Amino acid sequence: MPDIKLPCDVADKVTEICARHGNDPGELINILHEAQHLLGYLPEEMQRIIARNLNIPVSKVYGVVTFYAFFTMTAKGKYPISVCMGTACYVRGSERLLEEFKRVLGIDVGQTTPDGKFSLDCLRCVGACGLAPVVMIGDKVYGRLQPIDVKRILDELE
Amino acid sequence: MKILTIEDLNAVREKAARMLLLREQSNAADDGRCCGLDTGTGHMQILICGGTGCKASSSHLICERIREKLQENGIADKVEVVTTGCFGFCEKGPVVKIIPDNTFYTQVGPDDAEEIVREHIIGGRKVERLLYVDPKTGHSVSDSKHMDFYRKQMRVALRNCGFIDPENIEEYIARDGYSALADSILNRTPEEVIDSVKRSGLRGRGGGGFPTGVKWGFARKSVSDMKYVVCNADEGDPGAFMDRSIMEGDPHSIVEAMAICGYSIGSPKGLVYIRAEYPLAIHRLKTAIAQAREYGLLGDHILGSGFSFDIEIRYGAGAFVCGEETALIHSMEGKRGEPTMKPPFPAESGYLGKPTNVNNVETLANIPVILTKGPEWFASIGTEKSKGTKVFALAGKINNVGLIEVPMGTTLREVIYEIGGGIKGGKKFKAVQTGGPSGGCLTEKHLDIPIDFDNLLAEGSMMGSGGMIVMDEDDCMVSVARFYLDFTVEESCGKCTPCRIGNKRLLETLNKITDGHGTEEDLKTLSTLGKVIKDTALCGLGQTSPNPVLSTLNHFYDEYLEHVRDHKCRAKQCKALLTYSIDPKLCIGCHLCAKNCPADAIIGDVRKPHIINPSKCIKCGMCMARCKFKAISVH
Repeated sequence: MPDIKLPCDVADKVTEICARHGNDPGELINILHEAQHLLGYLPEEMQRIIARNLNIPVSKVYGVVTFYAFFTMTAKGKYPISVCMGTACYVRGSERLLEEFKRVLGIDVGQTTPDGKFSLDCLRCVGACGLAPVVMIGDKVYGRLQPIDVKRILDELE
Repeated sequence: MKILTIEDLNAVREKAARMLLLREQSNAADDGRCCGLDTGTGHMQILICGGTGCKASSSHLICERIREKLQENGIADKVEVVTTGCFGFCEKGPVVKIIPDNTFYTQVGPDDAEEIVREHIIGGRKVERLLYVDPKTGHSVSDSKHMDFYRKQMRVALRNCGFIDPENIEEYIARDGYSALADSILNRTPEEVIDSVKRSGLRGRGGGGFPTGVKWGFARKSVSDMKYVVCNADEGDPGAFMDRSIMEGDPHSIVEAMAICGYSIGSPKGLVYIRAEYPLAIHRLKTAIAQAREYGLLGDHILGSGFSFDIEIRYGAGAFVCGEETALIHSMEGKRGEPTMKPPFPAESGYLGKPTNVNNVETLANIPVILTKGPEWFASIGTEKSKGTKVFALAGKINNVGLIEVPMGTTLREVIYEIGGGIKGGKKFKAVQTGGPSGGCLTEKHLDIPIDFDNLLAEGSMMGSGGMIVMDEDDCMVSVARFYLDFTVEESCGKCTPCRIGNKRLLETLNKITDGHGTEEDLKTLSTLGKVIKDTALCGLGQTSPNPVLSTLNHFYDEYLEHVRDHKCRAKQCKALLTYSIDPKLCIGCHLCAKNCPADAIIGDVRKPHIINPSKCIKCGMCMARCKFKAISVH
């Protein structure tokens, strides 16, 4: 595998995860969950390692990774921002909130700022509908936000 | 302790029942008293909501602080702190309940811990400022029994949520937990159990409404060396959180029900397919499974019988279509979650090609109580064809956001105006969306229809899993339809053409309308195309995806017409159709709007009326939010 550029220890860990699941293709989703946990995303090389270990085509792994919203192939920022786009948040104005994040950060959904500080995503319902509209930054939940609050929150993090 | 016989189970129940006695009694008491250690109460309990909603508002910190304060005062041995599941009243979370006087504190923060302990727990005086104030009377209400939010509710599936510690199996056993399982495997044949479920009239709570007993019967009849019981916990409807709350608040009811199902259909193996986005529910479920194994209520030869059963957890990865049972099964096999044609039904060929019975979380949560209280009791609740209760996640523009459970047949008016406390900010009710992206909207004229499976279907919506999103006059129905379509297009698995391409065209047409380029011809396209998709798509997701469009077209045609003919959005949501302007009579020229305008679209000299340059304006509304003189308006 000449094109694998992952750090050796990460590559070893991926192989180890596969082995722990018996290199069983039926366990692919569980393996991907654990593998994503290592770096926060699933780079192409990682998928190649998994495919080789499970003895399945890499296209199959890629097919599963791209099918499920939980899996991502882009690295997240230091502060991953997720704007809830569940219906409850949507009707309480989360779309305007998202527009404001996009505008202030200058990035689109699914992108990371060039300095690696912030990444922007949408998610579907964190279950804090009483606090709608809700934004998650890392593990912290920010509730009842208005577009006006966006700049202040980002400034606090910087 | 290992429970090997029915006598062991009874012994654990008797012991644990004493722990819960104080809570049971306090629930029944209704004398408005306030208890405190200094006023003669010997033992107290503090229940703190540990559901995801309240945890987001730091309820775990409240718990820590209260424990600290109890330690400092040397009363930790007299006061028990219990983390429970969701109380349901999420709008007013975090919720803290004091036993034995049943005081219900709302919107508690970590900083309130000291006062609660000093005033209430020790002093026996209620902390007035943390009590719920009835918006109608202006008086504070201290017992949840007397709140409009709870008065009309009937908690069956949520019977233990907010009452027991979900991480303590003995509290579940004290509430008759695992007695339905014991009774089934020791005293009844699988056919008898299935017959009870059939007679109860329970229908699948995941959305389809298929009779659960009949489904179990099919799986029972399939002959195979292996069968599977699957719990569908892939709650994908955005804005719905019924299943999550049940798993967080009462995970043992799911474990017990799956074991009963396993006994009934002849399966030794259960699998829970749960969203990876629900870390707390996963944790509670794992804990429950481990405890049940430890107590011998899962594993080999349960209660000394010939029946063995165990449960494993499988993770979903965020795909709405995986709520469809064939797609879910593919996902559990490690593949893309694409649905397949039925038949063959999972009852014949499901997980790994073996007969599989898939039930939703809420459906399962009803099973133990149906068997302990009897199918006749369950069948006495609800309407003719929809028995029992239904849990709804009430959200959107409503005063009391939260999780509610009402008997089938309750009207929307009761749910929205009595339990939900009406529309936020005194605005006018416009519509309520039931069934999430697969459902439709119901309007003012539907408010008095008794809610059940068939009535909602007849009105062009559906029960769905129980999401209920309330919308007011500020919501644009075209935008709402577009929002749902956007969701479906993103979630479409791409396998069948009507869903993959048809929905994309629907969305493009809706975008065209909200961007101000729509024509009346487009409205016809929406309607025809929507019907074709409904008739031809492969699975439940595709067949129901045009529902939000068709039902809004049906009930709010004039609003669509305004968008395409007059290029107006009356709810002022569609940006492309809006113009912001400054009233020169009201503008004092303070320049605040111009300073805050991100697009530099506002010009004007200080102390002179400003104007907005429409070609630069990005319609973000920031100026209007900042203006202190209400000089900026939008048309």
